[in-house]
Amino acid sequence: MTSITSTNADEQGPAIEVRGLTRRFGDRIAVNDVTFTVERGEVFAFLGPNGSGKSTTIRMLCGILPPSAGEGRVLGYDIAREAEAIKRRIGYMSQRFSLYEDLTVRENLEFYAGIYEVPRGGLAARIDELVAMAGLQGRERQIAGTLSGGWKQRLALGCAIVHRPPLLFLDEPTAGVDPVSRRQFWTMIHGLAAGGVTVFATTHYLDEAEHAGRVAMIQDGVLSALGTPAEFKRDFLRGQLYALSCSQPLAALAALQRLPDVGEVSLYGDVLHILTEHEDTAPILDAVRAAGIEDASIAPIAPTLEDVFISLTSGRASERG
Amino acid sequence: MSLSRLLAIVRKELIQIRRDRITLVLVIGIPVVELLLFGYALNAVTDHIATAVYDESRTSASRAFVAAFEHSTYFDVVDHVQTREEAMAAVDAGRARVAILVPPSFGDDVLGGRGATAQLIVDGSDPSVAQTALFSGGLVAQAQSGRVTVEALARTGSTRAPGGIELRPVVLYNPRMLSAQFMVPGLIGIILQMQAVLLTALGVVRERERGTLEQLIVSPVRPAELVLGKVLPNVALCLASTAMTLVMARVLFGVAVQGSVVELFLLTLPFLFGSLGIGLAISVVARTQAQALQMTMFTLLPSILLSGFLYARESMPWIFQGISAVIPMTYYLQILRGVIVKGVGVGVLWPQATALTAFAVVVLGVSVRRFRKTIE
Repeated sequence: MTSITSTNADEQGPAIEVRGLTRRFGDRIAVNDVTFTVERGEVFAFLGPNGSGKSTTIRMLCGILPPSAGEGRVLGYDIAREAEAIKRRIGYMSQRFSLYEDLTVRENLEFYAGIYEVPRGGLAARIDELVAMAGLQGRERQIAGTLSGGWKQRLALGCAIVHRPPLLFLDEPTAGVDPVSRRQFWTMIHGLAAGGVTVFATTHYLDEAEHAGRVAMIQDGVLSALGTPAEFKRDFLRGQLYALSCSQPLAALAALQRLPDVGEVSLYGDVLHILTEHEDTAPILDAVRAAGIEDASIAPIAPTLEDVFISLTSGRASERG
Repeated sequence: MSLSRLLAIVRKELIQIRRDRITLVLVIGIPVVELLLFGYALNAVTDHIATAVYDESRTSASRAFVAAFEHSTYFDVVDHVQTREEAMAAVDAGRARVAILVPPSFGDDVLGGRGATAQLIVDGSDPSVAQTALFSGGLVAQAQSGRVTVEALARTGSTRAPGGIELRPVVLYNPRMLSAQFMVPGLIGIILQMQAVLLTALGVVRERERGTLEQLIVSPVRPAELVLGKVLPNVALCLASTAMTLVMARVLFGVAVQGSVVELFLLTLPFLFGSLGIGLAISVVARTQAQALQMTMFTLLPSILLSGFLYARESMPWIFQGISAVIPMTYYLQILRGVIVKGVGVGVLWPQATALTAFAVVVLGVSVRRFRKTIE
């Protein structure tokens, strides 16, 4: 058993380092030759649609699923051989907010404190601190099952960090939670990161990935892009993004899709986002007017990650096609 | 093995057991309901059998003969009828389970020492009633015939004693053939098995359903800590419940433990651990609590039907006797009836205890290994 004061691990080196990480289930390759590094104190988002290999990656990093090939170190420990050391040092929170619904708020925290062998001295203070962080003061004796989604989520986070882990894994942490609670949750995450905690979060919400310092995009088990949200927008979007509003967006979309060489057109609500490398937007407006839409207006806009994501996925799709 | 982690799990389990209504029903409700159902229901049919009497003789001898049936308490005369057809109709309609037909010559035959006959009509549709009626009716008749023979000899002053011996019916262990003595010890085993299997299976499957098992897998908890932490509270709970059932058996049915209570609990442990192992095995396979419940009931059926709890093993076809031989309840039933009814102990029952221990070791070993695989 490796002690917590071990020299090779914990304090130095990157929080996560994987090279050529691969996992097969029979003939299917869930994670294919993934390589990346997460530095200490980073908020790192692992972005991808459902079934893209996010959860398989996180399970390998937590030491509960051995990789088929490649290697990885988490907090300096080998994910294949030193799972026990990793498990003691990481926090983990899943989208299911794995709380005991028949236990009270305090009993849940006490249970996980016992599981992670938090010393008894200072435990009461630690629990008070987490209760305050989650905004659950006065609800310590409330049965967890009767809490609302946002509170459950924050309590689950409290349980995941009761032992002050230097690295926190969040697997789809805000699934099924209202937008206000999501914002509160990310404020808490940034607070933890400011205190030096490394955060590794999987998500399929693109707006959520904007909270991250860096984003890795995974598709069909392959790491397709990696960088800061700003880098993504700069590097992966070729051209300028425009928003076109008009009274008949669907007709406009059809018209523009017939136009050769316009770039990518996609519908956001009732607004069209158009990515084009041309400086001149006159041909676009002409095409729309030719389709009988007179009230169209076009203006350049700042891209979101969603634009990047759609650009990347359509690019891949055309490559394959 | 970390004591902190083990204690955290045990504490959590105890809190959950206290709060969970289903668990409380399981631990307290099942023993009460089962005891009342099986104990009273089966007790009621094996004595006080409704009896119709057609006495054509109308003599003191025939009245004494019928009275002997009533005094046995197995038979309650509910109807005196005037024709044979009426007697048959009473049985047909279910007003009576049994009819005693005494022929006109009965009184004279008894007085004259000519060997009197009477007829016992038994409703065979319920075998347990029929068996009791035939068996106890036979005993009553034999006893009565012995008595009248002695009386006849005394009256006639004959010196040629025709072996006027009164047959004394002796039934070992359960002199009145009380069904409670027969049913209750077995019930204790059935209840214990149901609780141990269900508590363990539900306890694990519930965590899987709610996603908390996934959380524990990512935590430093070792499989052994998880198994022990979940099983230990169940051991305590099942033993407490068994103690409660024993007290109820005593209060409600007068079934007292003839042997040593300490030895009874000692001999219960291997059966209990085997049952916990079955529960753990179910928890590996079952995805939902409903599935776990169904599988538990499925494992309970052979214990009820083939262990000798309801039907004697001796009368089963050879294939079922074979199955019966590998069912833990078969052996635990012998232990329960041995200690509670016959008053024997470890000295006699060690072969059964050894068989149960072997079963527990195998089942626990296999299921812990499979369980370890599912969570690692």
